[in-house]
Amino acid sequence: MENFYLTIALSPLIGAIIAGFFGRILGRTATHTITILGVLISTVLALMVFNYHVLEQGEVFNQNLYTWMQIGGLNISVGFLVDNLTSVMLVVVSFVSLMVHIYTIGYMHNDKDYTKFFSYISLFTFSMFMLVMSNNFMQLFFGWEAVGLVSYLLIGFWHHKESAVEANLKAFLVNRVGDFGFLLGIGLVLAFSGSLDYVEVFASLNNTIGQSLWGMDLITVICLLLFVGAMGKSAQVPLHVWLPGSMEGPTPISALIHAATMVTAGIFMVSRMSPMFEMSEVALTVVMVVGAITALFMGLLGIVQNDIKKVVAYSTLSQLGYMTVALGVSAYSVAIFHLMTHAFFKALLFLGAGSVIVAMHHEQDIRKMGGLRKKMPITYWTGLIGTLALIGFPGFSGFYSKDMIIEAVHFSSLPYADWVYYAVVAGVFITAFYSFRLFFLVFHGQSRVDSHTAQHLHESPLSITLPLIMLAIPSAIIGYFTIEPMLFTGWLDNAITVDGLKHTSMHELSKLFHGATAMISHAVQTLPFWMMVGGIASAWVFSLYKTQWADWVQSTFKRTNYVLNSLYGFDRFNEIVFVNGIKKLGNILWKVSDSMVIDSMIVNGSARFIGFVGSMVRPIQTGYVYHYAFFMIFSLLIILTWTLFMGDKPLLVI
Amino acid sequence: MDAVYGRQAIIGDLIMENTLLSLLIWLPIMGGALVILLGNERAMTARWMSLAISILVFVMSLSLWAGFDSSTHLMQFVEKISWIAQFNIHYHLGVDGISMPLIILTTFSTTLVIAAGWEVIQKRPAHYMAAFLMMEGLIIGVFSSLDAILFYAFWEASLIPMLLIVGIWGGDNRVYAAIKFFLYTFLGSVFMLVSLIYMYNKGGSFSILDMHNLSLTAAEQAWIFWAFFMAFAVKVPMFPVHTWLPDAHVQAPTGGSVILAAIMLKMGGYGFFRFSLPITPDASLQFSDVVIALSLIAIVYIGFVALVQRDMKKLIAYSSISHMGFVTLGVFALFLAYKPDSTEGALLGLEGAMVQMISHGFISAAMFLVVGVLYDRLHSREISTYGGVINSMPKFTGFAVLFAMANAGLPGTSGFVGEFMVILGAVQANIWYAVLAATTLIVGAAYTLWMVKRVFWGKITNSAVATLDDINGREFSILTILALAVIIVGLYPQPLIEIMHSSVDHLLNQALTSKL
Repeated sequence: MENFYLTIALSPLIGAIIAGFFGRILGRTATHTITILGVLISTVLALMVFNYHVLEQGEVFNQNLYTWMQIGGLNISVGFLVDNLTSVMLVVVSFVSLMVHIYTIGYMHNDKDYTKFFSYISLFTFSMFMLVMSNNFMQLFFGWEAVGLVSYLLIGFWHHKESAVEANLKAFLVNRVGDFGFLLGIGLVLAFSGSLDYVEVFASLNNTIGQSLWGMDLITVICLLLFVGAMGKSAQVPLHVWLPGSMEGPTPISALIHAATMVTAGIFMVSRMSPMFEMSEVALTVVMVVGAITALFMGLLGIVQNDIKKVVAYSTLSQLGYMTVALGVSAYSVAIFHLMTHAFFKALLFLGAGSVIVAMHHEQDIRKMGGLRKKMPITYWTGLIGTLALIGFPGFSGFYSKDMIIEAVHFSSLPYADWVYYAVVAGVFITAFYSFRLFFLVFHGQSRVDSHTAQHLHESPLSITLPLIMLAIPSAIIGYFTIEPMLFTGWLDNAITVDGLKHTSMHELSKLFHGATAMISHAVQTLPFWMMVGGIASAWVFSLYKTQWADWVQSTFKRTNYVLNSLYGFDRFNEIVFVNGIKKLGNILWKVSDSMVIDSMIVNGSARFIGFVGSMVRPIQTGYVYHYAFFMIFSLLIILTWTLFMGDKPLLVI
Repeated sequence: MDAVYGRQAIIGDLIMENTLLSLLIWLPIMGGALVILLGNERAMTARWMSLAISILVFVMSLSLWAGFDSSTHLMQFVEKISWIAQFNIHYHLGVDGISMPLIILTTFSTTLVIAAGWEVIQKRPAHYMAAFLMMEGLIIGVFSSLDAILFYAFWEASLIPMLLIVGIWGGDNRVYAAIKFFLYTFLGSVFMLVSLIYMYNKGGSFSILDMHNLSLTAAEQAWIFWAFFMAFAVKVPMFPVHTWLPDAHVQAPTGGSVILAAIMLKMGGYGFFRFSLPITPDASLQFSDVVIALSLIAIVYIGFVALVQRDMKKLIAYSSISHMGFVTLGVFALFLAYKPDSTEGALLGLEGAMVQMISHGFISAAMFLVVGVLYDRLHSREISTYGGVINSMPKFTGFAVLFAMANAGLPGTSGFVGEFMVILGAVQANIWYAVLAATTLIVGAAYTLWMVKRVFWGKITNSAVATLDDINGREFSILTILALAVIIVGLYPQPLIEIMHSSVDHLLNQALTSKL
């Protein structure tokens, strides 16, 4: 069994190594064949793992592979924990990764670093597997940072673009801010439990009861610190600033890393730590509120964006906010459910966007598109499925997961849950609005494409459309088939702990649930449905029916427009306070403290002082024998006098 | 078990159990002399001979590892001969799990440095190679001496080759840097000599192991502690006696910087392990707050200073100071991290400090070599000279990014292991120590990757960069070896930790046993 899981992780790694070191020798076809084969093996095995663990209810696999370090009684190992949560993640990651690998053949075929790109995305897949299969915090952190590394390399893949290399630095550093909290959280976990192994840590959670730190319960502090890590990786406000920038990378990785998998690592991590978060109301409330802020306010930014990828990026931020809200209200399985459906439809949307970008000769401004429906039928229809899934159209996968999140918030008894409820309901309108604004502007209406591009406009090749179709299928139907087992009949029970007495959302949800089909028929009676319809209608009015109304709104609500266009000023704040402030501080410390005080004054000062003393003493060294003779006799006299009058007391005490 | 001698067995007896350590010390010194005799005219012979000697010494040092018994803290490979009988001074050598890895690091780095200086050094090449060989022998002497006077002799003697390397092969301001370096470190160690003599007067022995057992009052310990501290803090270097390092690094030739950062700084860290903790445990406890404060200042403050450097070597020099802060933090956090029922916190700090020293040896060497590769081509260390280097040197950029990531403490590289251990240990001492130390996650990544961005990514702005040749086979091999070392320690640090575990465990007991 061990080798089985090891193969899942290692086959993309081997692919990455071969592609990375020998890609140029092997050539393009061999390289992409090898890496795709590696991921294909993982995908097939992941499906078998899913079958074994989830469908056949096999035993949880938890085993160390090798001892990373042994210090006294503390054993830190590299090992795998595969339970149902891991199995779900494995399937999602490997499937999306496989689709993206295939898609890359078409998307990157003109790039001179074609083989390097395959190496990176396979390396990413390996890192992500290590992250989700880990059975301890050290390896979790390893995977956590390894995906960050690959993300860094891929955002800056087109390294000649200044904006790309700005963005990848920013992404890495903002993630490091999150990791700063995450690492301290891990340190505190070790301090109270004496172990980094999940099972042992969860077994010793009672040690934390009654302990406090920084005026809070210890467990609250730990959960908040771990959540800071999740905020970095899953781009929650205010650590979201790196994700829009990450769109500088090639589109396949926007789909794989910055939409479907890596950014959901924070969601996965909090779910994995559910036994800890369940012990702290404060931490859960913070999680929920941060999620709601992200869901609502990042969605609003999606409305004013005109770059096709940026719109989808802000929608990703908003959807990550929804997942985080679900975590906050203890609906971990709902969060994972939304993670899964989102992975499919958001990867689909990004890849669809990529298909449009290729057809448009790398034009990304949606104001210069329009009417692409006829030219790109497959991209159009799959894009429609993705969009409907995203806005939660009844029956599509996103409908189930998002509706469940909204209902779970509705039943939550946490403080501020009512506010959060309004936020997530309003979010439905916003999501529908910006999604269909994008959709209408790109595919419908008058063509605003320049004549040169218009001549060459055609549907993308099979390597691009096949992944679109393959992702459209789960985007449409997976919610219908998995909602019941995943949420209510225990698919994730062996991985997720919910304190049912205190947090009743899931229990209430299950009472309300009468099957997936019933949900569709009840949809028209719910508020979110009408919010969604309103969003679509508004989008139609503003982007197709009366486009001048959009200009009117923009000019009337200047201030709002300004706030949204400046992205709430986060970037400027960071630029002024952190980037420039820290550079200034560094310069002051260097120039004033290091160079002036320590070096010039103390170090060279003492050298000058010695020189000064030397210059004072130098006149005494006259060279005349009678001067020296005088000093000798004079000194002798003092010594003699001392001995005579003071007896045996020494002259100098050393 | 015949490689192992208990401390009792060697007192007073003359032992020549194994001449391996003597060979490791004297072979490179003699070899260096021979290379000088060859003369600068026969440069190629001198280079090949130096390389052969350094490889031979490296391979021999590996047999230390192979023959090492990691189940004991007792000294191994012991040699003891009377040297100056009337003062009871011995030629007394031996290694334990703390010094052995550092010796291998020394032989490893010297080999790389000799290969790295190959055709780059055209000025007096034989003398250059000889200086490194001799310095290798002397530094191995420092790490293996068990007699305080012998230790002191090696300690001071090792300054001379480095002084010459900076002074002869250095940059424009080399004389200022060389003298600053010499005075700083020499002044620091004079106080150490005084306290060594004081302890001889009291205990009648110069054996370091006897000094470990010498009973000292609180006041004596305090004096001795600070005297040692002066010597070791300058070497590490700790804030505020660090300002010699950036100057020395900037002026030193690449090889000099590598040895300085990879090994000479470790002599300071080693001093804390071998002298401060076991000889003055009570003073170490008493003053641990001060040392920790200085370490944290080094980590945070120096990190910010590194951020604004425009000279790549200066940046890496400051980054070295910041990383070495983890060593002293890990060592002195042990008193607070120690809990009677679980020693893991204290051990994480101590062993983390050791791992950090080894890892920094690899990474700083690699970083300086990376800068050296660029400097050899364009003769500039200024970050602003470069930009878009990846376009002309893709292979080289791959290495540079790997080492930069290791410098930023990325998991899977050795840079992560030591920092991770020390931070985990520091959490158990005082959460605020850990909070301050962990800022390196952000600041360390910021200064390293910002440099990477400005040097390697982006468009080529300087036309000279466009004509750069990618690394040649020699450079490729050197960087590959270092890359493997960085990754292997990162993925599997257990063998390294296992080697040192008994010795560190014993040291922990010594540090926690009051002499009062």
